[in-house]
Amino acid sequence: MESLIMILVGILASVGTYLILSRNIIRVILGTAIYSHAVHLLILTMGGLKKGDVPILSQSEGPFTDALPQALILTAIVISFATTALLLVLAYRTYKTNGSDDFHELREMPDE
Amino acid sequence: MNNLIVLPLIIPIITAVVLVFLRDQIVLQRIISFVTMGFVCIVSFILLNIVQTEGIIRLDFSGWMPPFGILFVADSFSLLLVLTSSIVTLICLLYAFSMMGQRYEKMFFYPFVLFLVAGVNGSFLTGDIFNLFVCFEVMLLASYVLVAFGGGKRQLRESLKYVLINVVASWMFLVALAFLYGSVKTLNMAHIAQRVAEVGQDPLITTVAILFLIVFSLKAGLLLFFWLPGSYSVPPTVVQALFAALLTKVGIYALIRTFTLMFPLQQEVTHTIIGIMAGLTIIAGCMGALAGRDVYTIATYNVIIGTGFILIGLAVGTESAMAGAIYYLIHDIVAKALLFLLIGMMIYLTGETVVKKMSGLIQIYPIFGWIYFILMLALAGIPPFSGFIGKVLIGQGAIEAHSYILLALGFASSIIVLYSLLRIFLASFFGETTISPEDKKPIPKGAYTSFILLAISIIYLGIGAESIAVYVKDAAETLMNPSIYIDAILKG
Repeated sequence: MESLIMILVGILASVGTYLILSRNIIRVILGTAIYSHAVHLLILTMGGLKKGDVPILSQSEGPFTDALPQALILTAIVISFATTALLLVLAYRTYKTNGSDDFHELREMPDE
Repeated sequence: MNNLIVLPLIIPIITAVVLVFLRDQIVLQRIISFVTMGFVCIVSFILLNIVQTEGIIRLDFSGWMPPFGILFVADSFSLLLVLTSSIVTLICLLYAFSMMGQRYEKMFFYPFVLFLVAGVNGSFLTGDIFNLFVCFEVMLLASYVLVAFGGGKRQLRESLKYVLINVVASWMFLVALAFLYGSVKTLNMAHIAQRVAEVGQDPLITTVAILFLIVFSLKAGLLLFFWLPGSYSVPPTVVQALFAALLTKVGIYALIRTFTLMFPLQQEVTHTIIGIMAGLTIIAGCMGALAGRDVYTIATYNVIIGTGFILIGLAVGTESAMAGAIYYLIHDIVAKALLFLLIGMMIYLTGETVVKKMSGLIQIYPIFGWIYFILMLALAGIPPFSGFIGKVLIGQGAIEAHSYILLALGFASSIIVLYSLLRIFLASFFGETTISPEDKKPIPKGAYTSFILLAISIIYLGIGAESIAVYVKDAAETLMNPSIYIDAILKG
């Protein structure tokens, strides 16, 4: 199961890289979103997938599953949500002000 | 008393949230943010003195004993940085009061500065590597907003690049964290250090260490600084000063903490890479500073040279080099803030950014000109100003460790720094003035106060180096002997 998920992480990371290297702003932002999914799965797998019971003493006598990776992922999801939202707003403003959503065109624009 | 440690993080956050609701009361916003930063300065000073008598102190959130819970750790190194960055922010706020303009102040400028400070202080104080990531993100989210503050065409283009690069860097931070957790099964920094020391630093852990090196180098502008000159030259002056003073320094702090505490065992691999990167950074920074024709380019490449120079101290890794790196880090926070404030003021006064088009500023604004002169000497490392002692100690450490190439590069960079800044001084401050008497703008009192306070700090750090020597010595000792830090956390 771990190897399968690691292959999935690899696929997601390569899709993300492909999108980030493209010229269109929206594609790049989608690429960062897919990147964050890849790393969340990676954290989950590195912590070990489900091996035992719920880590609550009164409900089980062990072996327990490590619950920490899920807490980490929850935090990381919230942060990547905030960043993506801000990035979308910024991209929209850039498009409105500069009149283009293509990185090559943006780079060649003269300064003010 | 330990509860004090959390105040440099929590106080700015609470006030920032309150300030959001006081959007139109600009005077009230100014007073509250100023008082808050003053309070943070006092708290961090008190903490610094507590640490001298009681040793490293820590705060376990909700009573979870380490290594299980998240904790804040205060040692001399982190508190020196918290104190310096809070003082610099306080002084930068004074500049903002007179120069920012109501349009900007109404757009939540002060709340975001406070969020930035909270993130910076949190990164310095945390003792948990995942919490370091969270504090980095708090700081970065505030900086994303501040870099785009104003929304000019070029500014938005540059800030989009800045945000994307930092998003990818944060992603790599998470990847490194995942592999680290997979190999040592803990996130507490002291516990990681202990586990790594127990099992030895095998190639897998060294690889993870290099991943961290790449992430923090991106934030610190160590070799991977391609994003820095563009994005540091677009936001308003105060924001530039805060970025140059604080953001790259957090990256440097993280590098020093990671490679002295957590991964110190494979120095011939990691520290050699850091040394090479620092050398290349200095060379590239010098080239940029020499080639630059406008003041922004010269100033941003000076930030890069400073980063390279501090990391020579880490690469060399002797105790005197570490003390020198700490001295220089403190000096650099103050000096780079002043450099960007002065340059912003030059542009405000003349309306030009190209060095050759400005002339004769010292005739009209003598004090302004002499403060620039002091700053130039301090950045070049001439006694009795603040850069001197750090340069001497890093040089001494490099000789002890026989790293003569880094020594030569570091000291040669001082001459280039002096040359690049002297060029601005000769062209823009001397000569016939180009500003006609009708166009002459007075420098606002708040801006003058901030320049003078920062200049006094520079002179104090140079002449009064003895008075902070106790703190720096303690900080360097803790960095060189990670066992002090580990014992304070896991055995306390």
